[in-house]
Amino acid sequence: MSFDVRAVREDFPVLATTVRGKPLVFLDSGASAQKPRQVIGAMTRCMESAYANVHRGAYYLSETATEAYEASRRAVQGFLNAAMPEEIVFTANSTMAINLVAHCYGRGVMKPGQAVLATEMEHHANLVPWHMLRDATGIELRFVRVTDAGELDMDDLAAKLADGKVGLVAVTHMSNVLGTVTPAERIAKMAHEAGAKVLFDGSQAAVHRKVDVQALDADFYVFTGHKLYGPTGIGVLYAKHALLEKMPPFLGGGDMIASVSLAGSTWAAPPARFEAGTPAIVEAIGLHAAIDYVTAIGMPAIEAHERALVEHAMRRLSEVEGLSVLGSAQDRGGVFSFSLDNAHAHDLSTLLDRAGIAVRAGRHCAEPLHARFGLEGGTCRASFGLYTTPEEIDFLAAALVKAREFFA
Amino acid sequence: MFDDLRDLYQELILDHGRKPRNFRRLDDATNHARGDNPMCGDRMELQLKLSGDVVEDLGFQGRGCAISMASASLMTETVKGKTTAQAHALSDRFRALAMTGTCPDCGADLADEMERLQPLAGVHEFPSRVKCATLAWHTLNAALEGSKEASSE
Ligand SMILES: Cc1ncc(COP(=O)(O)O)c(C=O)c1O
Repeated sequence: MSFDVRAVREDFPVLATTVRGKPLVFLDSGASAQKPRQVIGAMTRCMESAYANVHRGAYYLSETATEAYEASRRAVQGFLNAAMPEEIVFTANSTMAINLVAHCYGRGVMKPGQAVLATEMEHHANLVPWHMLRDATGIELRFVRVTDAGELDMDDLAAKLADGKVGLVAVTHMSNVLGTVTPAERIAKMAHEAGAKVLFDGSQAAVHRKVDVQALDADFYVFTGHKLYGPTGIGVLYAKHALLEKMPPFLGGGDMIASVSLAGSTWAAPPARFEAGTPAIVEAIGLHAAIDYVTAIGMPAIEAHERALVEHAMRRLSEVEGLSVLGSAQDRGGVFSFSLDNAHAHDLSTLLDRAGIAVRAGRHCAEPLHARFGLEGGTCRASFGLYTTPEEIDFLAAALVKAREFFA
Repeated sequence: MFDDLRDLYQELILDHGRKPRNFRRLDDATNHARGDNPMCGDRMELQLKLSGDVVEDLGFQGRGCAISMASASLMTETVKGKTTAQAHALSDRFRALAMTGTCPDCGADLADEMERLQPLAGVHEFPSRVKCATLAWHTLNAALEGSKEASSE
């Protein structure tokens, strides 16, 4: 299927709406993406005709729902090219997936004296769980520096792995602020050579690139459904099966046990061990539809479309006087954080909103990264989806020029 | 493209945003408080010099958007020389103004002061920006009460 952005836009009802009388220019897909009819329809159909609790009833509807839920797991397996469906754990979002690893692997498997190596460019979701782990266990926390270009300092990464104490490297696969795509394969290799496991936060990357967890040799890989044109409330933890087997449960409750007596309980095998309670059934089905949707278009086609958008945006934004774009990584995806020399990010986003343009203002859950660049006051961020057009970027650039005049 | 935003960004606000008044440290402050808006990174340090129950002087420092800087600047100008009771009353009224665009409780007293703050009333149409305007006043309350942290979250 060749990529036709006009046809794609038809699939997203919200893109036809107006904001204060102006056509919506939605440039905040990095925070959460809009939903195609295919996802909306699949979730509606599930609730209208195929809904019951899963793994619990020996009757038709429950069996149908269970099969649909497990089919979603297989779809995720295929999407990430995991070796088996049991390596896919459904969570609420990326945040919960990382917390699960911090808890079940960090507390459950790692030993005092070991260290976690994160980076300066992490989203708070891949920072705070490690702070909590450090504070609870005395496991050391280290950070890889970010260069002025907004890339990981790979020499610093090597230096911080050198003493062999790092048990886990936790790093983003694509920065939600800089757009930088990190050299994941190389990081995994370096981590493994130093005896560490590696977790990739794929919240952004999985939306824009084909991810192959086996080719990456990732030990853990997480992403979140709502950024992948799917619903909120569903996220994914991929983990190598051998690791999941070693990990104690996260939450206790129904569905995660092998047997329970009043004296105690034994754990189910993964992935059920990590999915206590009634899961996000309808959302899992929505995620399946989202995966089918992007797969039908083709991740390579989506990537090519977005690469063209990134080049276009770099050119157009560089023409806006007084605008600085954060980061200039060689390998970057469709996320641009920027500031104007005469306007605060918040004022700027209020203006852009008037023009129908939705961008995010603030520090995008990455305070340390903004501090690293001396931008404690925040930036505005434009982030693209598969429905973004070059014309929308032109419109943004024109609005930025006008905004600068407004504040002059 | 942005002409209708002149209601929010009136010349007075842009002017105070660019050149905030009382943007300085007080050497002889008696009270101070820090205000934070964790959502957007706005931050201010407010110092007061109380003499009896009169706010004799105020100074603030920090960073923020045009709205929050202008609001802090106007707040310091308005509160200077007022009693603490008047300062509290202004604070209550200002917050009503910022949230609703009007101030039904604004009686005859302090009418001139509220008139000066009127240019900020436009924020009520921008729910995500109300906190920018109220941060300075939250911080003022914290400083008057002697507490050290305020948040407009
Ligand atoms: C890089 C990155 N990591 C983690 C997250 C957290 O995702 P969620 O809020 O869905 O858990 C986000 C998005 O907010 C993100 O961009």
